[in-house]
Amino acid sequence: MSLDPDVLDRNDAVVRDPQRAALKIIDVDVHPSVKSIADLKPWIPKEHWEMLKTFGGGSRVPFGYPKAVPDAHRVDARPADGSVAGSDFDLLREQYLDPLNIEYAMLSPLRDTGQGLANPDLAISVCRATNEWLVDHWTARDKRLKASIVVPIEQPEEAAREIAHWGRHPDFAQVLLLTRTADPLGRRRYWPIYREAVRQGLPVAIHVFGAPGHPSTPAGWPSFYVEEMTSHAAACQAMVASLVIEGLFEEFPTLNVISLEGGFAWAAPLAWRMDRLYEKFRAEVPHLKLRPSEYLKRNLYFATQPIEEPPDPRHLLDSVKWLGADRLLFSSDYPHWDFDEPTRAITAAFGREAQAGILNGNARKVYRL
Amino acid sequence: MDDLMTRLGGIDCDVHIPVPTMARLSPFLPEVWQEIAVARGIYGFAETSLPQAAPIQARPDWRDAAGLPSPSIETLTRAVLDERGMAAAICHCLYPVQKLYDPHLAAAFATATNEFLAREVLDSDSRLRGSVLISPYDIPAAVAEIRRRAADSRFVQIIMLASAELPYGNPYYDRLWAAATEAGMPVALHIGNSGRYPPTASGWASYRLEDEVDQSLAFQGQLASLVSHGVFDRFPDLTIVLIGSGVTWLPAFAWRFSKFWHGTRVEVPWLKDSPIEIISRHVRLTTQPFDGPAQSIATADVLAHLDATEMLLYASAYPRWHFDGTDAFPQGFDEELKRRVSIDNPRATYGRIS
Repeated sequence: MSLDPDVLDRNDAVVRDPQRAALKIIDVDVHPSVKSIADLKPWIPKEHWEMLKTFGGGSRVPFGYPKAVPDAHRVDARPADGSVAGSDFDLLREQYLDPLNIEYAMLSPLRDTGQGLANPDLAISVCRATNEWLVDHWTARDKRLKASIVVPIEQPEEAAREIAHWGRHPDFAQVLLLTRTADPLGRRRYWPIYREAVRQGLPVAIHVFGAPGHPSTPAGWPSFYVEEMTSHAAACQAMVASLVIEGLFEEFPTLNVISLEGGFAWAAPLAWRMDRLYEKFRAEVPHLKLRPSEYLKRNLYFATQPIEEPPDPRHLLDSVKWLGADRLLFSSDYPHWDFDEPTRAITAAFGREAQAGILNGNARKVYRL
Repeated sequence: MDDLMTRLGGIDCDVHIPVPTMARLSPFLPEVWQEIAVARGIYGFAETSLPQAAPIQARPDWRDAAGLPSPSIETLTRAVLDERGMAAAICHCLYPVQKLYDPHLAAAFATATNEFLAREVLDSDSRLRGSVLISPYDIPAAVAEIRRRAADSRFVQIIMLASAELPYGNPYYDRLWAAATEAGMPVALHIGNSGRYPPTASGWASYRLEDEVDQSLAFQGQLASLVSHGVFDRFPDLTIVLIGSGVTWLPAFAWRFSKFWHGTRVEVPWLKDSPIEIISRHVRLTTQPFDGPAQSIATADVLAHLDATEMLLYASAYPRWHFDGTDAFPQGFDEELKRRVSIDNPRATYGRIS
């Protein structure tokens, strides 16, 4: 589908496509944000709050990379009071939920969530506070909003307890991990997280970023934001390889894992690559009963944003076909600068059935909505 | 001038020469290093990351009686040239200098390895060409080594591992790229971890299979670095050859990179072209190990996603076990593409082969 430029209103980046009215969207990657960590104070034990203010929680990345735009936000998504994009419910509703015809939005906070804190007690406390805030500030206000359980990844037993705490709460739809961790995420030491997710019937979403202290590429530390953003896909490839090769999906055959913000065009080639190498290394991994690609097609889903844009758009359709449209879940990344608008990213050229699946049906199945 | 290409045919762009034992390498070290080796008990730096017994290390029919891939030159040339109708082979001896932490030791062993390659391998058969092994931890020494080998027309490229200490786009390496282009040599990056950083952004793999799958990730990091820093703008004649980790990961990487470049150009204003165009012009990849799909998907459709007719270079990866049977071309390569990747593209890439 080629869109008439007249249907684009670039002021609010919303497409007024009449065909879209029929498509209700499930968006699996939306980023609410605290205005500052003080928003979490009501739920943080007093002694931890004092500790946090006095000593900090410990971060392993001193400055990160200056973004392409301030705070990596869509410039029009900043609230009128100048605070952080994604921190204002009314703006989210007016700019995003209503005009984009959102049926459900999966909220994954990234800023000041506790997942990046080295101090174990503070990480646990701030993750818990973040989950309380997600309910209080967001899901309680709009039934379209579903939250991710934010967990202290590097303390898998505590993370499992957090999942158990929220698992039966109807407003939580998934568990949130980050791709860049101290060890590859398939390692057995992380399995308590997956075990509890399966027990609670929740998929595990793994979003790019995380700051474990390792360089963000095996070539060393990149110099530029563009390298950092590009390299997230490589971190996702390593994450998928680890989950599959460690035998996670043999241990938990019903576990669903969703890769967020890594794109997807690399997934089929990664599956081919793993299958070919598996033939030569089979004796090293007797715990695998299936070929790697079979786990990928059974247990893994890929969020579409930032959707790849090959010079020849037909190549993107090849990528969808090779991976399988049933593996794809639409994501917008609202309110970040590299936001994807649903029907501009997932056009009718995907085929009506695939388009409907990616924009809604696949997520409905994964999240049992 | 020996117009090898026209006269005979194709070029195998990835042939491994087994790393020599200390006894064989020692004569090519300066006397002081020979003494140091004895005094310090340096028994050689054999590759430790993957045992020779691993199936991928050598085809069963390319192993000797002891099960090792240590062919005579006659055995090697028969396998890669005679039996496969190739005219020439570009050899490299990946002595793991890049994994050493002493830059002086690394430079000395790199020089000795190149001398070994010239005397023990290239002298044995006029159809063999060599790769200049360098250590990236002492740039003046590496530049001197490139200039020394450039005097020998049989050395046609420089070879390094996929990871070092600083990503390759950093200005630290500019004198290296200057020396490479001055010598008319492409720079090959071969898979392999320098041991400085984990092979993934999340640490170390548990299994060798996982490690092998992850090998393309360092290539992705290096290409992002080389392009973002504008290395190919500063050195428009520089070619990077990626050896040993497939090709089908490249398109998705280039698409993502180019998309983000559109949104972040303010950060790298010196880039005048999209990364995908720069990569197509300056980057080449060898064909084995091929990481294409199973037969249900047409190889041609997959190769259409990258500029395969220009970017791919034929390789047997001898003695590694990446293909079965006698045809080292990946399944699905038609005759036209075979000619491109084995004759036209190597000829265009390796200016010193003529």
